[in-house]
Amino acid sequence: MASRAPFFLLVALLLIAGGALTYYRHHAFDVPWLPGDLRRIWSIEAKVEFFAGGEAVKASLAIPDTQPGFQRLSEHSASPGYGLAFIDADAALGQGRRAEWSIRQAEGLQTLYYRVDMLEVGGRELGAPLPPPLDLQLEPEPYASVAAQMLQGATARSADAYTLARELIGEFNAQEQRAGLLLQRQTRLQWLVALLQQAGVPAREVHGLLLKDGRRRQETVSYLQVFASAEEYQLFDAQSGQQGRPENLLLWEYRSGSILDVMGGRRSRVSFSMIQQEVPLQQLVQAIPEHLNPLLNFSIHSLPLEEQALFKGILLIPVGVLVVVLMRILVGLKTSGTFMPVLIAIAFIQTSLLTGLLGFISIVGVGLIIRSYLSRLNLLLVARISAVIVTVIIMISLFSVLAFQLGVSEGMKITFFPMIILSWTIERMSILWEEEGPHEVLVQGGGSLLVAVLAYLVMDNALVRHLTFNFLGLQLVCMALVLLAGSWTGYRLLELKRFKPLAQPLPDMKGK
Amino acid sequence: MWQFWQRFIHPGHLNRQGVMGMNRRNIAYIGRYNPRRLFPLVDDKLKTKRLALAAGVKVPELLGVIDSQHDVRRLAQLVREAPGFCLKPAKGAGGKGILVIIREQGGLYYKTSGQTLTLAELQRHVSNILAGLFSLGGASDVALIEGLIRADPVFDGYTYEGVPDARVIVFRGFPVMAMMRLSTAESQGKANLHQGAVGVGLGISSGQAVRAVQHDHPVRLHPDTGKDLLGLKVPQWGELLKIAGDCYEMSGLGYLGADLVLDQQRGPVLLELNARPGLSIQIANHQGLLPRLRRIESLENTDRLTTEQRLDYAREHFR
Repeated sequence: MASRAPFFLLVALLLIAGGALTYYRHHAFDVPWLPGDLRRIWSIEAKVEFFAGGEAVKASLAIPDTQPGFQRLSEHSASPGYGLAFIDADAALGQGRRAEWSIRQAEGLQTLYYRVDMLEVGGRELGAPLPPPLDLQLEPEPYASVAAQMLQGATARSADAYTLARELIGEFNAQEQRAGLLLQRQTRLQWLVALLQQAGVPAREVHGLLLKDGRRRQETVSYLQVFASAEEYQLFDAQSGQQGRPENLLLWEYRSGSILDVMGGRRSRVSFSMIQQEVPLQQLVQAIPEHLNPLLNFSIHSLPLEEQALFKGILLIPVGVLVVVLMRILVGLKTSGTFMPVLIAIAFIQTSLLTGLLGFISIVGVGLIIRSYLSRLNLLLVARISAVIVTVIIMISLFSVLAFQLGVSEGMKITFFPMIILSWTIERMSILWEEEGPHEVLVQGGGSLLVAVLAYLVMDNALVRHLTFNFLGLQLVCMALVLLAGSWTGYRLLELKRFKPLAQPLPDMKGK
Repeated sequence: MWQFWQRFIHPGHLNRQGVMGMNRRNIAYIGRYNPRRLFPLVDDKLKTKRLALAAGVKVPELLGVIDSQHDVRRLAQLVREAPGFCLKPAKGAGGKGILVIIREQGGLYYKTSGQTLTLAELQRHVSNILAGLFSLGGASDVALIEGLIRADPVFDGYTYEGVPDARVIVFRGFPVMAMMRLSTAESQGKANLHQGAVGVGLGISSGQAVRAVQHDHPVRLHPDTGKDLLGLKVPQWGELLKIAGDCYEMSGLGYLGADLVLDQQRGPVLLELNARPGLSIQIANHQGLLPRLRRIESLENTDRLTTEQRLDYAREHFR
């Protein structure tokens, strides 16, 4: 075998390169080591897509402004060939801020991007809200009288604007038949707004985004905004009646307008991606422009947001792999497959640990039972595996529907589990069961799960996420550590337990 | 709390005894002395058999090979003449997928446990083998049909329902350590230590038992037959060691495990070779492998020696 020197040279090179890059980035761009004392910026990207018919196109997107809890820092847009204008809010027209794209002629699928950076600021004081003017519309029968009944009932049990809103929502929840009739005409939110206005309470539908780091392809959520006076309002959840504004809600469109209007195009839709960044105060103050030499910068921040969000997840994988390597080589835990615990850990990150763990164990358990039945059908191996995959998909769908019906919204996140991994796990576990018995299944399956949980705990840590996303040099360091671990010839922790019988001297026996 | 730590042995202690751990085995011995390209010769029992036949090493009789699904129908025909036979996946590891039939009567095939199987069940087993159920990574496989091995009667009472096999670790042609694997009721007639078979460490010089373990703990008597395990002495030991030693030049692997059985009529016979032999042999012998391996590593020009010379050295220096 070749001498060990080139190997250690490689490892040293990787460590030096990784360390140097990391240190340079920290020093030159002032990226702090800890995610601690920083300002949080949310970058939100709206992707507008529609099909143009070959004529002139004008697209108008609602865009947010500084609001309680958020301060608008900057906005950009990418839309080659289009004219773009940002139109300010117009109190008189009752219109919020909008971005307007226009082009003389366009055909086919069009994609427009709008990106805004919002700084999270403390204080939940309400800004200068603008209650909508009362706009009474007459609804036709039989809707009008049914609606009037609902309103009457709610009014009787309420004392002011907020309690009225709450009671109205309660009415919609309680009186299912009447609500069902009304819902044929327009949505619940639209009814709530109309009825409140009828009662003299200014109200409107507002659309916002629930901000979570790394979310992609999100849609807006709608809330009911109810004004008690010209300066005071509250947000209500139209389904539950819960009063109050969720911590991470960014209001996107809140002036009774539409989110997206497209003239000259059809099948238009808008989806949102968001990413959270932590930026030291100085960088904010100096307002360093982002178009530095990206090569030297070595940062992911020059990529579009959707890709950045994806990368935040991908960059964690080497850390997870390192955990698996250390567990197998240093501790000696048996896993079924080398990469599987990392994939399971990634799924746990999506589903949250407890739900993921319970879901995984129950699906694999049921899958094992089903597979043992399939094995009696005397099929060829490949057909069996495929049948298991289909069964797993059916099971997951059933679980999700069941969870939804029972009101356990967490259960629906089971769909995040990679299908193929689940089926493959079930297949491996059942073969293991047939050959080595249930004990080995527990050992290897348990080992894989334990390592997956450990990898999850490391990968979900805020410091780890901060470091891996901001310092690409650490990937090289991870690689060096993995290589080093692979060359370790010492004992595994579990071997110290296994070889314990060798501690006692050989008892005196006949012969040798 | 202290009791928890007492279940572990201090690594320094293991070091002094020269016990080899997995990491060291993989990096310093398997990685260094076993060229990866030779692994397929050893992982595939059919290739090993052909190598052995070419080298003049005794192996069990090959009755036939089934390598495609439509050939499965020929199974009954192939085994009709034989009194008993053994179905094996060519690429099975760790004894997986081996089916031993001791006789056929009235259309039913009898296993050593007395359990019966129909022809359809046998054919299904062969189909499973072909589909790669027992091979590493699920690769498609072929099924070997070998003649039955009848264990030498000297082993009566030492095993429960199975043929005991001897595992010899051969390092650069030198047999360094050996153990006998005896099946028990718990291991369901299989000589698999992880499933409850008994491992008996054998002294290299004489083939005499030095120690016996089950599930890595010392035992004195066989759990099912009650026989004193330390009375075990393997006959034709010299010939057995010679076959093991010949496997080095036959396969080209520097660190290998040879599995042999003693057939009643033919004597020691090579079952299979293993490029990644396990470490329980150290527990069965109550000895670390490293001192012996390092002693051989300190010798020069060992490849110039004949098998006999290597055997003599081993029998002299390794108890």
